[in-house]
Amino acid sequence: MGLFDYFRPPSSSKSAALAKERLQIIVAHERGDRRNSPDYLPTLKKELLEVVRKYVPIDQSQIKVHLDREGGYEILELNITLPEERLSSR
Amino acid sequence: MCRLATVIVVTSGKGGVGKTTTSASFATGLAQRGYRTVVIDFDVGLRNLDLIMGCERRVVYDFINVINNEANLNQALIRDKHVENLYILPASQTRDKDALTKDGVERVLGELKQSFEYIVCDSPAGIERGALMALYFADEALVVTNPEVSSVRDSDRILGILASRSRRAEQGDSPVKEHLVLARYAPERAHRGDMLSVEDVLEILGIPLLGVIPESSTVLQSSNAGVPVILEESSDAGAAYGDLVERFLGKELPQRFVTTQKKGFLKRLFGGS
Ligand SMILES: Nc1ncnc2c1ncn2[C@@H]1O[C@H](COP(=O)(O)OP(=O)(O)OP(=O)(O)O)[C@@H](O)[C@H]1O
Ligand SMILES: [Mg+2]
Repeated sequence: MGLFDYFRPPSSSKSAALAKERLQIIVAHERGDRRNSPDYLPTLKKELLEVVRKYVPIDQSQIKVHLDREGGYEILELNITLPEERLSSR
Repeated sequence: MCRLATVIVVTSGKGGVGKTTTSASFATGLAQRGYRTVVIDFDVGLRNLDLIMGCERRVVYDFINVINNEANLNQALIRDKHVENLYILPASQTRDKDALTKDGVERVLGELKQSFEYIVCDSPAGIERGALMALYFADEALVVTNPEVSSVRDSDRILGILASRSRRAEQGDSPVKEHLVLARYAPERAHRGDMLSVEDVLEILGIPLLGVIPESSTVLQSSNAGVPVILEESSDAGAAYGDLVERFLGKELPQRFVTTQKKGFLKRLFGGS
C-alpha cells in the first residue's frame, strides 16, 4: 500500500455497494420467477394422489409433479408410476 | 451402526469457487475428529478430487464402475493416506455424466450408509445432471460462494434447486439444511469497498454462515502437494477449515478471518500486505 492509498478515504471505491444493489434486484427477480409456481404444486400433488388412489394403490413417491419455465412457456410434467403386479394380473 | 449416515453435498453452481478444495478439507476434518467419512467425486469426466487428496496414482476403479456393477465398493474405495477413517470414491475420467443414474447413485449411497457416518459429495459446477445427482440425496448442503456477483447469483440459483428438486423437497420431508461457505475472501478488499463483504453476501443469500475461508496462497501450495489444506494447520486457510468443521459439529466459534489486521501507521506506509 503506497502513500497515496493511505491518504485516500477507504470508501473511495464504491463498487461493492453497486454489486450488492444489482444482486439484490436480480436475485429478488429470479426468486419471484421460481415462487410464482411451486406454491400450489404440493397441494396439486396431494389431491392427484387421492384421486389416483381411488383406483390404484400407489404411494406418494410414485407421483412426480414438476413445473418448468422456458421462455414464455410453462411446462407441467406429471409422472405417475403404477405398480407392476396390477398390470400383469389383468 | 449407532447413528444414521448424513449425506452432505458441496455445491455452488458456478465453477472454480472452491468446491473440491472444500470437500477435501471438510471430509479430512471430519475423519480427523474420528468420524467414519467417505468423499465422493461427482465430477464425472473431469475428476480432480484424487489430485487434491493426493491419491491419483492409486485409482483403479471408480464411482461409475460401481454403479455399473463392474467393480464393488471395496475395490473402488481408496483409503486416505493422511488420516484414518477416510475413504475416497473417485470419479470416472472416461465416461460422461449420463452414467450417473438416480437408481445407481441411490444404491451406492445406500451401501455406503452401512459403514460411514458422513458421506461428502463433491459436486461438479453447473446445474446439469452431475450437479443434480450430487445434491439429490443430500441431507445438508455446503454452498460454496465467492464474494463476487456471478458466484452469489449462482448460489442463489442452487438454493432454489435444493428447495425444489432434491429428494427431500420432492418427498415433502424436512428441507435440506443449508450452510454458507464464503471462500476466497479478502478482508482488506471488502473493507476498502471493492469486494462484497461477508455481511453483504449473508444479507443477499439469507442462509446461515458456516465459515469464511480467506484467499490464501497455501491453498495452491497444498494442492500442488496433494495434501488437503486443512492439514496445514498453521496457515490461515487451514485454520479456517478447521474452525468450519468444528462449527459443523456444533461448536460455537467466532469467525477469525473476516477483519483486516490492524496495522501500525509505519507498516501501512512501508509495506506488508
Ligand atoms: N481459499 C482459497 N485461496 C486461494 N485459492 C483458492 C482458494 N480456494 C480455492 N482456490 C483455488 O481456486 C481454484 C479452484 O478451486 P477448486 O478446484 O476447489 O474449485 P471447484 O469449485 O471445485 O472448481 P470446479 O467447479 O471446476 O469443480 C484452484 O486453483 C484452487 O487452488
Ligand atoms: Mg471441483
